[in-house]
Amino acid sequence: MKFDTPAGTNPIDRMRVVGQPTARIDGPLKVSGKAPYAYEHHDVPGKPAYGYVVGAAIAKGAIRSIDTAQAERAPGVITVVTHRNAGKLGKGRMNTANLLGGPRVEHYHQAIAVVVAETFEQARAAAAMIDVDYARDGGTFDLAAAKTGAAEQGGENAPTAVGDFEGAFASAPVKLDATYTTPDQSHSMMEPHATIAQWDGDGVTVWTSNQMVAWGKKELAATLQIAPEKVRLVSPYIGGGFGGKLFLRSDVVMASLASRAAKRPVKVALQRPLIPNNTTHRPATIQRIRVGCSRDGKITAIGHESWSGNLPDGDLETATMQTKLLYAGPNRMTAMRLAVLDLPEGNAMRAPGEAPGLMALEIAMDEMAEKLGMDPVKFRVINDTQVDPEKPDRPFSQRNLVRCLEDGAKRFGWSRRKAPGQTRDGRWLVGMGVAAAFRNNLNQKSAARVRLNASGQVTVETDMTDIGTGSYTIIAQTAAEMLGVPLAKVSVKLGDSAFPAAAGSGGQWGANSSTAGVYAACVKLREQVVQSLGFGQGEATFENGTVRVGNRSADLAQAAKAGELIAEDAMEYGDLAKKFQQSTFGGHFVEVGVDRYTGEVRVRRMLAVCAAGRILNPTSARSQVIGAMTMGVGGALMEELAVDKRFGFFVNHDLAGYEVPVHMDIPHQEVVFLDEADDKVSPMKAKGVGELGLCGVGAAVANAIYNATGVRIRDYPITLDKHLDKLGDVA
Amino acid sequence: MTEGCGAISRRDVLKTSAAGAAIAGSLGPGGMAMAQAGANAPPHMPVRMEVNGKPVSLDLDTRTTLLDALREHLKFTGTKKGCDHGQCGACTVIVNGRRINSCLTLAVMHEGDTVTTIEGLGTPDNLHPMQAAFVAHDGYQCGYCTPGQICSAVSVLEEIRAGIPSHVTQDIGKAPAMTTTEMRERMSGNICRCGAYSNIAEAMADVAGVKAEGVKA
Ligand code: FES
Ligand code: FES
Repeated sequence: MKFDTPAGTNPIDRMRVVGQPTARIDGPLKVSGKAPYAYEHHDVPGKPAYGYVVGAAIAKGAIRSIDTAQAERAPGVITVVTHRNAGKLGKGRMNTANLLGGPRVEHYHQAIAVVVAETFEQARAAAAMIDVDYARDGGTFDLAAAKTGAAEQGGENAPTAVGDFEGAFASAPVKLDATYTTPDQSHSMMEPHATIAQWDGDGVTVWTSNQMVAWGKKELAATLQIAPEKVRLVSPYIGGGFGGKLFLRSDVVMASLASRAAKRPVKVALQRPLIPNNTTHRPATIQRIRVGCSRDGKITAIGHESWSGNLPDGDLETATMQTKLLYAGPNRMTAMRLAVLDLPEGNAMRAPGEAPGLMALEIAMDEMAEKLGMDPVKFRVINDTQVDPEKPDRPFSQRNLVRCLEDGAKRFGWSRRKAPGQTRDGRWLVGMGVAAAFRNNLNQKSAARVRLNASGQVTVETDMTDIGTGSYTIIAQTAAEMLGVPLAKVSVKLGDSAFPAAAGSGGQWGANSSTAGVYAACVKLREQVVQSLGFGQGEATFENGTVRVGNRSADLAQAAKAGELIAEDAMEYGDLAKKFQQSTFGGHFVEVGVDRYTGEVRVRRMLAVCAAGRILNPTSARSQVIGAMTMGVGGALMEELAVDKRFGFFVNHDLAGYEVPVHMDIPHQEVVFLDEADDKVSPMKAKGVGELGLCGVGAAVANAIYNATGVRIRDYPITLDKHLDKLGDVA
Repeated sequence: MTEGCGAISRRDVLKTSAAGAAIAGSLGPGGMAMAQAGANAPPHMPVRMEVNGKPVSLDLDTRTTLLDALREHLKFTGTKKGCDHGQCGACTVIVNGRRINSCLTLAVMHEGDTVTTIEGLGTPDNLHPMQAAFVAHDGYQCGYCTPGQICSAVSVLEEIRAGIPSHVTQDIGKAPAMTTTEMRERMSGNICRCGAYSNIAEAMADVAGVKAEGVKA
């Protein structure tokens, strides 16, 4: 099915199941410990051996020699796989560095060996006996120092320019020119990357934890140099990803190589201290923002430049993307430059581009509002645009940013906000901050298969993943709505490459795209049902377990009496995304307290108002947003991979050193969804929220801190050492 | 898993649990000294525990953590490994009525102990009230931290009821109040990267029969 004209009325619009707050159908399994994650598939035939990964101890250079003899003789050890005996390997298209290093080492903790033993304890002990002699090369590890050599990129990352930015900025009566930095960040999902691999002849099955089943299958085949049909990838439950599990990672490759060598199933989980350097991270940025305004607050010039680094052939962090679309202004420019760094591979982390980009842009907007003497909500409102500012004949499909901000201000008690440093509560300096949230809507082709059996039970099969986003439930809701059955009549099977290829979970496209694929398959199944019942032409209604055409009706189950009905289809997209800019919007409001004696920041209140099309399941959508708000607090206050610029690695590479928010850091959070349905995006009329919820949060926290203290910090995270000496006398 | 004669002599040394803890702990992760000293096989020890109401007896490599004994030997994989280093709380289980990080303790230190994991609290068809509250309040997303959160949550309510003070208790001479601030403080060893904290606090308040702070009526 192709979606190329705006959606008319369809069965989803009834919203009897879709759009209703619904407890997760996989919930009881998750809360009772019965949902099997990657390392926990006890039904894999044969007794798995244990693999333990060894990471490189240098950032760049070569392995001169690697002595595995002692490890191989250690108790319980079955085999040790290194580059010497792994066989010829390819590299997935989406990987920058090789997943098995050696003899060349491309980054610190790149996997260089896997030790396979009968038990985990034996594998771990033997791994410590491997002796590696390295030839260490110097490398480039400091973004600020490498900035001058950074280069512009082509294609969709090329610089953009509209009007005369330099001229308009120079002549603007009110101007801001400021530089901001965001650090490297780690996904730090709670489930480590993990895989059980088993070979059967020349084919391999991997039970793993991956957001994108079809990508993973292809990339593993390319890496092992086998045909994609020889790979089956199974990933029914995923303990968090946030972009860190979008791509094939070393756990899958090492488990596969280990299993091939050991001739039995092997399970590998990346040890937590390996994860930040072995896997990907969100790259640090340096961002310069210039805004010029007329005295009445209209933006006349807006420019955003960003610098980030990556390994050779890596991508840049697209931190200026939102600035092309978020605010009006006739003269504009963006530019992104990429420096080559020898740090671990940078790649997508939740809202890549917008998350760090808005951390900077939305402080800049706050600073500019202050220069204008204007309320920051109002400043954003008067610079709203309903069209793509670079292509004014291209409207937004739907854009309610202004309502998000104004509604939010009212609900949050924004009118009580005072000038910086003016609100006290005992020892606490109290402040409020606001930021706009913005993230594009993306659609991906997505397929599904729907089965109806003689007892009226519906089964959906698709390789879509549920990374905590609630896919199981919204897919069940979609099928239930389309076929007019209660939720309990639908079962959902996900995350197996044996099923039709879905959109997967990334770029906040999962919810809309995967349910649109299920919609397409259900449309086909409805046709089969009507045909099987012999109802002929006419509008069919599916509700309460019955099917009606004209004055004829029958039980839905009746249609499958003679045999199960099976329909498979995919949703594909035409050019509506070209004609209409499709985006999601929000307003984040935060209140903080800053201890005037210690500089410690505590978040006191948080509100997000989101406009993201139809909300398929308000319960799980709200959870995605509060989770994103929590991650945003982390980005504002504590998250930073500390770079050792001499040896080229992230120092705080575990969950003790890389701090993320804990219970005590997060207050009760409020989320409001505007009642929307966007007919330009899909028949579901839904867009994503999982990344939107993060976009702007960091800046809202930063702006609240400024409002509390009157001290502006432009370098994230805002730890107390950065403002403590500027907080003024306490005596 | 085979036993070497080295293991037998070790077993005598490890008889008393206090000494056992110290010795096994000091040789934990590396383990090489023991492996090489013995007849090329890691020392094993028997251990008997009660897990989720049933007696179990295992013969374990002494380096095996309680977490790995549960997950890899007894197949109770409801208990999660998030870090293996006491940093995340995903491995929280209840031992003799107190919550602990099962990755930070060796299984052989638990001779005679009573262990409750998430599987022992309730089943999908018969959920413990805390498990049901997590479903009702959507106190999770990916679900990986969830068993640890629930084991902690159950214990935290008991700790508050038992009058054990915390960092946020205003007057440690008095019984701590059953508030979401007390709960948040005590739950802070259980990381949820999906960020379900606000909902978890509400689930816990619901089970405790109190109102969650900050929630509009
Ligand atoms: S696995 Fe035990 S605290 Fe993380
Ligand atoms: S639910 Fe995913 S880490 Fe808590």
